[in-house]
Amino acid sequence: MSGIRTARRVAAAAVSVVLVGGALAACGSTSTKKSGQSGGPTATSVKQGLKVYFIPKDTQNPYEVLADKGGEKALSELGGSVTVSSGTQDTAAAQIPSIQAAIQANADAIVIAANDPSALCPTLNQAAKKGIAIVAFDSDISCGSTPSHLFINQADTKTIGTSEVDLLAKQIDSKGEIAILSAAASATNQNAWIKYMKEQLKKYPNMKLVSTVYGNDDPATSLTVLQGLLSAYPNLRGIISPTTVGISTAAQYLSTHKDVAKRVVLTGLGLPSQMKAYIHDGTVQSFELWNPSDLGYLAGYAAAALASGTTSLTAGSSFKAGTLGDYKIMAGSGDTGPSVVLGPPTVFDKSNVDKFDF
Amino acid sequence: MTSDVVLHKNNDKGKREARNSAGANPAGAGRPPLWRSALRWESGLVLVLIAVLGYGSAKSSTFTDPSTVFYLGINTGYIAIMALPMTFVIMTGEIDLSVASMLGLSGATVGYLWHHGWSIWPAFAAALLVGLVGGALNGFLVARVGLPSIAVTIGTLTLFRGLAEIMLGALIVPAPGDAQFPDWLQNIGAESIPGTQLSWSLAIFIVLAVVFGVVLHGSRLGRSMVAIGLQPEAAEFAGVRVKRIKFWLFVLSGGLSAFAGILLAMQNASVSYGAGTGLELNVVAIVLFGGVSIFGGRGTIPGVVLSVAIFGSLQMALTQINVSAEKQNIVTGVLLLISVIVPNLGEVSARLRSRLRRAQPALSGSTAPSDAAPPPPNPRRKATS
Repeated sequence: MSGIRTARRVAAAAVSVVLVGGALAACGSTSTKKSGQSGGPTATSVKQGLKVYFIPKDTQNPYEVLADKGGEKALSELGGSVTVSSGTQDTAAAQIPSIQAAIQANADAIVIAANDPSALCPTLNQAAKKGIAIVAFDSDISCGSTPSHLFINQADTKTIGTSEVDLLAKQIDSKGEIAILSAAASATNQNAWIKYMKEQLKKYPNMKLVSTVYGNDDPATSLTVLQGLLSAYPNLRGIISPTTVGISTAAQYLSTHKDVAKRVVLTGLGLPSQMKAYIHDGTVQSFELWNPSDLGYLAGYAAAALASGTTSLTAGSSFKAGTLGDYKIMAGSGDTGPSVVLGPPTVFDKSNVDKFDF
Repeated sequence: MTSDVVLHKNNDKGKREARNSAGANPAGAGRPPLWRSALRWESGLVLVLIAVLGYGSAKSSTFTDPSTVFYLGINTGYIAIMALPMTFVIMTGEIDLSVASMLGLSGATVGYLWHHGWSIWPAFAAALLVGLVGGALNGFLVARVGLPSIAVTIGTLTLFRGLAEIMLGALIVPAPGDAQFPDWLQNIGAESIPGTQLSWSLAIFIVLAVVFGVVLHGSRLGRSMVAIGLQPEAAEFAGVRVKRIKFWLFVLSGGLSAFAGILLAMQNASVSYGAGTGLELNVVAIVLFGGVSIFGGRGTIPGVVLSVAIFGSLQMALTQINVSAEKQNIVTGVLLLISVIVPNLGEVSARLRSRLRRAQPALSGSTAPSDAAPPPPNPRRKATS
């Protein structure tokens, strides 16, 4: 009997601890009420005190972390503030609460790297209705006519796809079986690049794309699908991984499996900081990327300009992006709306990889 | 054990007595303390909810905004719907880990058929049918073949998600060129029920919760489920159709998960194969935090409803305060641990004591009455079979 009684006492104690904890936390709080503001229609200078929500794909991806930092830099130059909010998984469900929080906080702009091109649309539409400027970066949304938004393109989509195939072709003499190690199967940017890779492959009749696998930008998943790929295709000559998580996981694996590294060439989009070691030990010859911090910086300036009304989504309007200079908004075509291109990707190899610190 | 003795006499009267006892007082003298501790768990939940609401209102200026209720419904409603059949399944000592994959498979079915030109209602019907068939597969393997539900549903978790992936692959429906889903359906993700702040999914959950509450706490079927959870053998001998009930509970779970999948698809106005990945753990967490025993036989619908409210408002508050997602996971994990440890402290200690007593009967003699603390005859089997 005493056992049961003790157990109950412990139970009661534990519950009280939780409650007291909650109550204490509630006591030490201060609340600030923000006056509502909406993006003005036209203006000549960017507003002070802009509140911008950056919603990356997840809060752990090193690439996204760098982009968010760039955005914070932009807004601090403009006298505004950035709130970074997202989930730990690359899902739409993890981003929706962050969009809602931005709406409720009367944010001036949302800068989002979409995990899903469509599932976020109903929530983003609500944000647009409240007058919040919507900017997509890294991975675009595809919502039809609403909400109108600006896409910050890291580099011309077609250039990324074709240049990666060219980069690999050079290293394997344009022949053999190749595969793609992508991120999430629903990622818009990945699928757009893969589409252009397939088109470019038509120019290399001796290169055969045997499989596209999805590592969901998760190192463990990427490793599993990579191992499956290598065992399923013993004659594989090359892998393109257009994602920083995929390429670094694959490089790590190849650097510890030299027999495989001897016959399989790896390239794709990687961060110089993560890939340096593999370039120097010969696992990887070359890869490419743009500066993710610049991407976030540009997105931050674009969001501020749109929210202040100093630029509009009309093709040809322009805005100033701090140290990066002036950018012109390009007209939408097909499924893509108005966009801005950061610049061409940089190819990294032994000669230049040490010069970059991102 | 006493009911076994009665049953071995094997006459109609004995059976009837056993059935009565299984229904009204299934665990003999163990019942009142369990009932009392369950009551206390719910009062604890009410206090936790008040604490969360107080914390949210104090720390976030937007928490008291009416739109919080709507967003909470959007984020939590479809998960909460899956928690109701999960409560029943866990009450009977089983578990269904395939719910989130079924949600994804159902959405994928709608998307696949829509992409291939079906109109919306037949696509919904097909998705629901997929849910019922998938649930029946779980139910057949668990109830008829007798395999452990944790193993079976881990298998179907992978199977259902795999099927969804095969159906849609990288396709996101509506794909370019497809028609959009009907406007009034898409609006369930953007607009609340007119005149309220309730999302459609949350309103449906509330209606379902009332139905599930009445069944669990006010019907013979509900008492049977409790009996199955406490002592499956005894319930079986007492005439409860254990296998049939378990089978249909898995069918129900599959069907409602498929329904939640349809709701989510319309809420997002789009479908991809990965919808709801990993949500099974949130569903189980909500149910366990609601005070439902993972060993079966104990739990209430009001507890689960409170748990939904706590998880939902905690998520809203933490996101509004911009607590990082990693820290939010830690908070959820700790709450879940508390919910498993605290209510089971009594059971665990009772089981330990009875094992001790059995180990040394000659030394101490059996002084305590045999029904003072009735441990389940084979707790491990109950938890998994």
